[in-house]
Amino acid sequence: MTYALRKVGLLILTLWAAITLNFFLPRLMPGSPTDAAIAKLSQNGPVTAATRKAIEIQLGVPDGNLLSQYGQYLKQVLTLDFGVSYTFYPQPVADLVGQALPYTLILVGFVTIVAFVLGTLLGVLAAWKRGTWLDALPTLGGSFASAFPYFWTALLLLFFLGYVFKIFPTSGAYGVTNVPGFSGAFIGSALNHAVLPAVTILITSLGGWILGMRNTMISTLGDDYVTFAEANGLKPHTVAIRYAARNAILPNLTSFGLALGGVVGGSVLVETVFGYPGIGYLLLKAVTNQDYPLMQALFLMITVSVLLANFIVDILYGVLDPRTRK
Amino acid sequence: MTTTPITAGTPAPPPDTSVAAAASPLQVLARVAATVWSNTKARIGVVILLLFVLAAIFAPLLAPYDPSSTEFARSQDASAGHWLGTTAAGEDVLSQLIQGARISVFVGFVAGLLSTLVAVLIGLSWGYVRGWVGDVINFVVNLFLVVPGLPLMIVIAAYLQNGGIGMIILVVVITGWAWGARVLRSQTQSLRGRDFVTAAVFSGERPARIVFREILPNMTSLIVGNFFGAATSAILAEAGLEFLGLGDPSTVSWGTMLFWAQNSNALLTGQWALLFAPGLCIALLATSLTLINFGVDGLSNPRLRERRKVRK
Repeated sequence: MTYALRKVGLLILTLWAAITLNFFLPRLMPGSPTDAAIAKLSQNGPVTAATRKAIEIQLGVPDGNLLSQYGQYLKQVLTLDFGVSYTFYPQPVADLVGQALPYTLILVGFVTIVAFVLGTLLGVLAAWKRGTWLDALPTLGGSFASAFPYFWTALLLLFFLGYVFKIFPTSGAYGVTNVPGFSGAFIGSALNHAVLPAVTILITSLGGWILGMRNTMISTLGDDYVTFAEANGLKPHTVAIRYAARNAILPNLTSFGLALGGVVGGSVLVETVFGYPGIGYLLLKAVTNQDYPLMQALFLMITVSVLLANFIVDILYGVLDPRTRK
Repeated sequence: MTTTPITAGTPAPPPDTSVAAAASPLQVLARVAATVWSNTKARIGVVILLLFVLAAIFAPLLAPYDPSSTEFARSQDASAGHWLGTTAAGEDVLSQLIQGARISVFVGFVAGLLSTLVAVLIGLSWGYVRGWVGDVINFVVNLFLVVPGLPLMIVIAAYLQNGGIGMIILVVVITGWAWGARVLRSQTQSLRGRDFVTAAVFSGERPARIVFREILPNMTSLIVGNFFGAATSAILAEAGLEFLGLGDPSTVSWGTMLFWAQNSNALLTGQWALLFAPGLCIALLATSLTLINFGVDGLSNPRLRERRKVRK
């Protein structure tokens, strides 16, 4: 219980630090993002005093009182009030983020879990069959595939399966004729559109799990209790799964939380290539249009999601490893 | 949160006194190179890496044309004159590809070196200090570990506005040092309790000297491994940022080639070579570094070395 409480405390502290980082980032930058933002926004028509104020709270006033800005900023964040987007003026930033979030959460969440399970199993197999082709193929293939840039895998899949062979749709998250909702046609279309982005993330992230699991598994296979289990005449697969893999999976689980940040980053690239309307695609649109409020909110959203996922992994770790609960 | 125990197989047991420091840095380097070379995967990696480095150094001599010249027919397929075709702006793809090796090798080397430097400075001091300072560093490092790197890079790059290679290196270093710092810290912590460190403390050495002259040489392999790892992620990050159009789009690099390829609809014109080649180069260069790290892993963990004979 103390373990869980400590983790909750740490989560709150980390969330606060991430929110604060997001506050200081534009203020540390050379030039004035605020001026650039207001100049940009005034192209859409006159800037109201309220909008101007909101931008100043988010991006900073050159000679304002930092402390009071920080207070107002915290209030904005806690009430999820991020102002209006410049690119999609006058839509509120919070609405845009809300629309994009489910796509990324489902896509990245699902693929990451599949990649973790599959990669861990392949890693166990590679370590157990060390020196055979069952080791060489996943290890070499995995390290080569994990060196593929996300966007390149995406471009190749899009080119061959989308344009040349026309098996999968080339962009978007659902067909133009489908209306989002819980209908069979919409879900089918959405799944069809998600295949290529999902496969891209899977190809690129699988290798890391294989290698990580293989290396820790090789270490545990050398431990005395494994030799002892073998000497006792236990079946090889019992030794591999119940003894060696069970202990090797713990460090791999820790890297699960940390690798998630990388996968989320990769999904930004993947979504861009496929025009998939998730958080990453929106982030790039915000960046290219210098839509700072949207960019700030998205970055905060991504960070908070990854922090929460890490928190869940930490709690899970505590359940699986009794030593942490002391 | 724990990292994999790497303490089990530190290379040779450290000497009891600092006086008996046997091997010169050159000999250590030679031993490192020999161990790495003895691993087949690492050997393949070294060969690939050398090819890219040579291509980068001799790019002006190797490239058949000026990579930024736009004098050729546009969007051509592969031909005898242009082995990989031409871009939508009329540049020779092969020449651009060779020129692009320069940027990637340079960014990988410099950003890898800088983030390793930061990781060594922070990781070692962090492993040596005790008390609340360590807790504070722990918090900061964990924060940098969990904040997703690429989105952070994108946001910083957006504020800095087309800063070119220097900006990309800076961004990669800011987001990439934390992992190495954590690995080096746990190794420092375990070495800190060894007798040779205690001996150095008793003989009145200053902490900075103990950390960087006594402890540091025992972690050569980890630091080398960290360099290759950091260089790999730097190369991938640089290509990613440029692909998104966040670098300087006028530089000729593999990332910008793909950026222009996508923006000029190379997918529709069917120029697969233009799409395929730059990404393959990025992947090969990154793989070569990963492969070298297989050999480097064997330095610190003999269990991961390739076995000559099958166990049992």
